[in-house]
Amino acid sequence: MIEGVSAPQAGDVLSRGLSVRALHNAHAGPFAFDVPAGACLVITGVSGAGKSVLLRMMADLDPHQGDVALDGRFCSGMPAHRWRRQVVYLPAESGWWSDSVLDHMPDDALTRELMAKAGLRAGVLNDPVHRLSTGERQRLALVRGLRQAPRALLMDEPCSALDGGTTLMVEAMMREAMAGGTAIVLVSHDAAQATRMADLRRELAQGHFVGADS
Amino acid sequence: MTPILLDTGDMILAGGLIVGCVALSLVLSLGIHRTLIVAAIRMAVQLVLTGSVLLFVFGRSSVWLTLLVLAFMFSAATFEVGSRQVTRLTRAWHFGIGGFSTATGTVIVVLVGLLTALQPHPWYQARTAIPMTGLLLGNVMNATSLSMNTLLSMVARERAAIEARLILGATRAEAMNSLIRQSIRTALIPTLNQMAAAGVITLPGIMTGQILAGMNPLDASKYQIVLMSLIVSGNMIGATMSAVLTSARLSDARGRLRLDHLAR
Repeated sequence: MIEGVSAPQAGDVLSRGLSVRALHNAHAGPFAFDVPAGACLVITGVSGAGKSVLLRMMADLDPHQGDVALDGRFCSGMPAHRWRRQVVYLPAESGWWSDSVLDHMPDDALTRELMAKAGLRAGVLNDPVHRLSTGERQRLALVRGLRQAPRALLMDEPCSALDGGTTLMVEAMMREAMAGGTAIVLVSHDAAQATRMADLRRELAQGHFVGADS
Repeated sequence: MTPILLDTGDMILAGGLIVGCVALSLVLSLGIHRTLIVAAIRMAVQLVLTGSVLLFVFGRSSVWLTLLVLAFMFSAATFEVGSRQVTRLTRAWHFGIGGFSTATGTVIVVLVGLLTALQPHPWYQARTAIPMTGLLLGNVMNATSLSMNTLLSMVARERAAIEARLILGATRAEAMNSLIRQSIRTALIPTLNQMAAAGVITLPGIMTGQILAGMNPLDASKYQIVLMSLIVSGNMIGATMSAVLTSARLSDARGRLRLDHLAR
């Protein structure tokens, strides 16, 4: 565990990292928790517990009450697109706005480097999106997100379609991002992955965290 | 040169053609026979009524009567523009955006037409203003409705793609612009086809009408050119407005995609 992860006081937020305050909508929350820069919060819970809802609210993709701060600056205090550029949500099913991978990311050194780390063959850049496997799309979406050098990553089952070895490669990428100060919120069904990655853990059930400290 | 008038026999022939289409629909299981019958009866009743009303209105030359007829036409267009769409906004917004876009596009080009090219005296003369408005209104309504329909169904289908852009920090305009453009293009394709085919493949309606009514074909073609230009301009305005307004309604100030604003 990392310092500064005790139950947050209302009003004060982390100067480095994510601070969620009274975040809720009609179905889930309120949530209040901190994820310091460089730490990983793993959220577990059965399907329909509200994990994706929580991540979507944190990315300001769904209407909600309450607020989230990144490095002491609140989401509501900046244009939404600037917030999302720094707090990148990776949904379980990645979306693609054209059938060409190169419309989503340029073929440059950074892309190549991230692809190599994710165990992707260079050829996928020139393949049509619909021909890629689910696992390839999943990792390309991660590459696409990491290219932005986000300050926070909200990941919904990022390794659900990956084999054990590739999962470890993706986790290494996540650790590298954390070493650079990125805060990660990871939704995972994989208990072993949760154990490997978690600095903090929470369990969600019926729209609320289970346990005393939330 | 007097126009050739149609008699009862001609009307029965027209009815027979519709019956033939209904039979075809049944034989081929197209499932459009009911719609077709309703549409045919509506068309006949509406046109006969319109003919009678116009006969009456032209005889009066009252501004208020003309405005009343126009108001009725715009209300009907507002209703029609929002019908027949599978994916819809909630009721008030659906008809509001459709009607507002159609009316704006139409009014602008009708005024341009009446105040510059046609210049009837007075400029609101019913004999010119009402048919002009009717012609343009119908066209703008089609374009607006196509544009809205295309955008609504694309946004509903492409949710993941739009959100993929938003997630990476696109503004709502950046995320939806390509869909807006595609909707406007789709809405204008019929008009563009009509313009390209005009005179070569088809004789456009106004020109045909004018020639049948005895006008010199060259004069009729000039008439058609001006009206076609007004039509394409009105369509462009209507289609653009409805696409932009619809996309605005399907997103919010925080740049979120708001599919909850669709009617369910």
